[in-house]
Amino acid sequence: MILTVLILLPLVGALVTAVVPAAVARLVGLGFAAATLVAGIVAATQYHVGDGMQLTETYTWIDSLGVHYALGVDGLGLLMVLLTVVLVPIVMLAGWHEADAPGNNGAKAFFAWTLGLEAMSLAVFTATDVLLFYVVFEATLIPAYFLIGGFGRAGRGRAATKFLIYQLAGGLIMLASVIGLYVVSADAGNPSFLISDLAALDIDETTQRWLFVGFFIAFAIKAPMFPVHTWLADTTEKATTGTSVLLVCILDKIGTFGMLRFCLGLLPDASQWATPVVIVLALISIIYGALVAIGQDDVLRLIGLTSLSHFGFIVLGIFVFSSNGSSGAILYMVNHGIATALMFLVAGFLIRRTGTASIREMGGVEKAAPVLAGFFLVGGLAAAGLPGLSPFVSEMLVIIAAFDHHWVVGSVAVLAIVLAAFYALWMYQRTMTGPDRVGAAPVVDLDRREVGILAPLLLALLLFGFYPMPLLDVINPFVHDSLASVGIGQEGGPQ
Amino acid sequence: MTEFVKPSIEYFELWPLLVVFGAACLGVVVEAFLPRSVRYTAQVVLALGGLVLALVGVVLVGQDVPEYDDGAARGVLAVGGTIAVDGPSLFIWGLVLALAIAGVLLFAERQLDGGVSAFAGQAAAVPGTDAEAASIAANREHTEVYPLLMFAVFGMMLFPAANDLLTMFVGLEVLSLPLYLLSGLARRRRLLSQEAALKYFLLGAFSSGFFLYGAALVYGFAGSLDFASINEAVRNDVGSQSLLLIGTGLLSVGLLFKVGAVPFQAWTPDVYQGAPTPVTAFMAAGTKVAAFGAIMRLFYVALGADRWSWQPMLWIIAVLSMFVGAALAITQTDIKRLLAYSSVAHTGFILTGVLGLQASDQLAVGEISSVQAVLFYLATYGFATIGAFAVVSLVRDSGGETTAIDRWAGLGKESPVVAAVFAFFLLAMAGIPLTSGFVGKLAVFSVALAAGAWPVVVAAVLASIIAAFLYVRVIKVMYFDKPVGDGPSVAYPSVLTATTIAVGAAITLVLGVLPGPVLDLAAVAGEFIR
Repeated sequence: MILTVLILLPLVGALVTAVVPAAVARLVGLGFAAATLVAGIVAATQYHVGDGMQLTETYTWIDSLGVHYALGVDGLGLLMVLLTVVLVPIVMLAGWHEADAPGNNGAKAFFAWTLGLEAMSLAVFTATDVLLFYVVFEATLIPAYFLIGGFGRAGRGRAATKFLIYQLAGGLIMLASVIGLYVVSADAGNPSFLISDLAALDIDETTQRWLFVGFFIAFAIKAPMFPVHTWLADTTEKATTGTSVLLVCILDKIGTFGMLRFCLGLLPDASQWATPVVIVLALISIIYGALVAIGQDDVLRLIGLTSLSHFGFIVLGIFVFSSNGSSGAILYMVNHGIATALMFLVAGFLIRRTGTASIREMGGVEKAAPVLAGFFLVGGLAAAGLPGLSPFVSEMLVIIAAFDHHWVVGSVAVLAIVLAAFYALWMYQRTMTGPDRVGAAPVVDLDRREVGILAPLLLALLLFGFYPMPLLDVINPFVHDSLASVGIGQEGGPQ
Repeated sequence: MTEFVKPSIEYFELWPLLVVFGAACLGVVVEAFLPRSVRYTAQVVLALGGLVLALVGVVLVGQDVPEYDDGAARGVLAVGGTIAVDGPSLFIWGLVLALAIAGVLLFAERQLDGGVSAFAGQAAAVPGTDAEAASIAANREHTEVYPLLMFAVFGMMLFPAANDLLTMFVGLEVLSLPLYLLSGLARRRRLLSQEAALKYFLLGAFSSGFFLYGAALVYGFAGSLDFASINEAVRNDVGSQSLLLIGTGLLSVGLLFKVGAVPFQAWTPDVYQGAPTPVTAFMAAGTKVAAFGAIMRLFYVALGADRWSWQPMLWIIAVLSMFVGAALAITQTDIKRLLAYSSVAHTGFILTGVLGLQASDQLAVGEISSVQAVLFYLATYGFATIGAFAVVSLVRDSGGETTAIDRWAGLGKESPVVAAVFAFFLLAMAGIPLTSGFVGKLAVFSVALAAGAWPVVVAAVLASIIAAFLYVRVIKVMYFDKPVGDGPSVAYPSVLTATTIAVGAAITLVLGVLPGPVLDLAAVAGEFIR
């Protein structure tokens, strides 16, 4: 029941927030987000590490199509749920005044859509029925569309449309595979969309490959990966930074989550068959994302594109099929969420002060606003994989796994660390150091509220940087089960 | 020469059909004898009463249909075997009647245009003449539209239930002729409306000719017009194959014209745009439902054994319809034309479902059949379409409805509810989950895939992406674009239109969230009888 509550709370919250008077809408919205956070923590306390899929609920939904309302969490799902419930209140607090700015659609709409997005994302991470997953996967797009289109900079309508078309295209391609899975199960005599039923099927090689392609394209668009990443930078540039956090740190995780859950879980043979291509695409994403990020002038585009590089790492970790790689990838999904959220939110605070997102027009912020600059630096160093900050651990795990897989793959991936240091530090240098911007008022430093919003993220980065064991304890049993289904033992090589 | 046998008429089973026909005839009498002042009320009450009575009849008959033959299907062959009252017929009857009730409500709307209906004051008055001005000044309106609608409904019910080619042809004509007339009756932009009516009539007459020619050739092949005998003849491979093939092709032309499949789609944008919006709403929803019922009956019942000769044709036509419809819809600047082309694309999606497996012995346990999938899709499509056109009739400026899409910019701020409802209908047409359109697509794609028509399904997925772009673009205009000039204004509808829109939206939502009951109903409808 707790998972249903977890989904219903923000959903009801969205509806309530949409109808209450605008004066209290923000408080009501935040209240529901806080309640969801509590529910998420309660769910986590009921979870027993290593017992596979838990807190399950299964009800028949559409009998004639074999669809179930089925929920459950395993290690992967739990971490994604926690990441979501933690980030949403932070985003709300950070966007407290921003959504009411002239030209935006008002804080009420922002809070309501955010809660709607949270509800659908939580459903995605807990669904154990393929069709239910698909339904909520697509349903996340509606709040996301209105969040992008309704708030942010000029040209956001176009960005929202581009985002939606990419995602819908991916979704529809996946739909063919979803139906394909169903037809396979019907031919086997038990038409069902339940993941547990589908995982038991013995799907022939050719069918598996086609189904894999359908799923993978959708998840690659979502993640995003080269060459279907082009919606990413436009979206993060035009949307508010709060929306970008929701999109990049939560919603995009659905892509890599789906790869683990569906590609590896249901179509293991095809996943191995596709490995060479996927690894090449992941490497291109890693290098290309970093290179393009270096060349950006817009802070928000830059941060968006670094995610392309990071998602490349995650996908690489997943598809090298070793315990280091998978654990590193899942850990990376969490750490990337925290680090990128920090980057986006600090950048948002910065842009509100300077009035521009253009790196060329900034400079000298460090002197006037040392705290802001400090947060910005930590965010950048986290993205660059500095030891002591949590992304370092996950990046190391993935790179070690990449070298185990093949030394060429490892060497290419390592390059990205150099590039990441370059884009992070160069951005810092151009915006924060140097002379003041001519004729501009000095930047006001972060106030207490803003520091309070950013502090939990910073603490998490440090904590998991020095002590990632709590996360790995949750991740490792899942990785063990996942690799076993692909037919690979814990040692990292095929058996 | 065989002796003439007087056919027995199954009054109970045919009740819905007879009530609608009776109400239509009575409507003509009302028109002739009642004074003008009470005609509107009388006609609306008569039409609604007849439709509701018929709908009750459908429910009663539906609860009491005997098993047919070996028990695989249920139904009765009525009037000497010319009308098949079976599960699919009853489902379609119920659907057409429900859509017709919504249609009457839209026809009766008078509040949007300052106290008069959407129909011309005096159709015979030439546009721009004194006679027209006089009719407008006198606040006249044509109440003949209600009996015309009822005749069309009668045709829509007879068409899919027909069990021989001749009855099917009669159904086709009875359904079409009133619609040709209704299309030309718009109060505003009359020339456009009359042009639409003429185009529709001429092309429709041609297509009927094709159908009749096809019927004659198939008769030449089988020696009978009756579907069971045609099926028997196909199985036994008696006559000349070329007669059968050409006949099948010509019959298809007639039927595919009615559903607006490519390459017979040319009439749809003009007619959808020119016809009064209530007529467009009713026609777009009702005709498609009825004609797909007829298509399934003809292809499954009469020509089922000849599957391998018509299936490739439908493959190609389905793919063409989806792509041409979706691609041309993108280029449209008028919302009614856009919806017309989107209906062409939907024709392609429904045809995808027609390509699936239809008989219970071909299906795995628990799999859904083609008939079930197509019937469900028709229900979802019908209500979303009628609702969407009803919304179109609300958005107006001083010159009547504003159908230019760029004039809809800013609707999201001007009238959040109307914009949200329209966006919801568009999302349903795009097949977004939690709307009926998604479950419909899921159903038709599954049956097609189960039948091995994966190239069509892949094409359908690609076409859906193009179509999604088109709907999203309209949503973007409504919500995120700056209004042009004063922006659109939304007329406040009377309870009639409001009910139609609300019910359409509610059904679209319910069928998306809990489609189980209707899917089961379509499953209970079972197979066609012959």
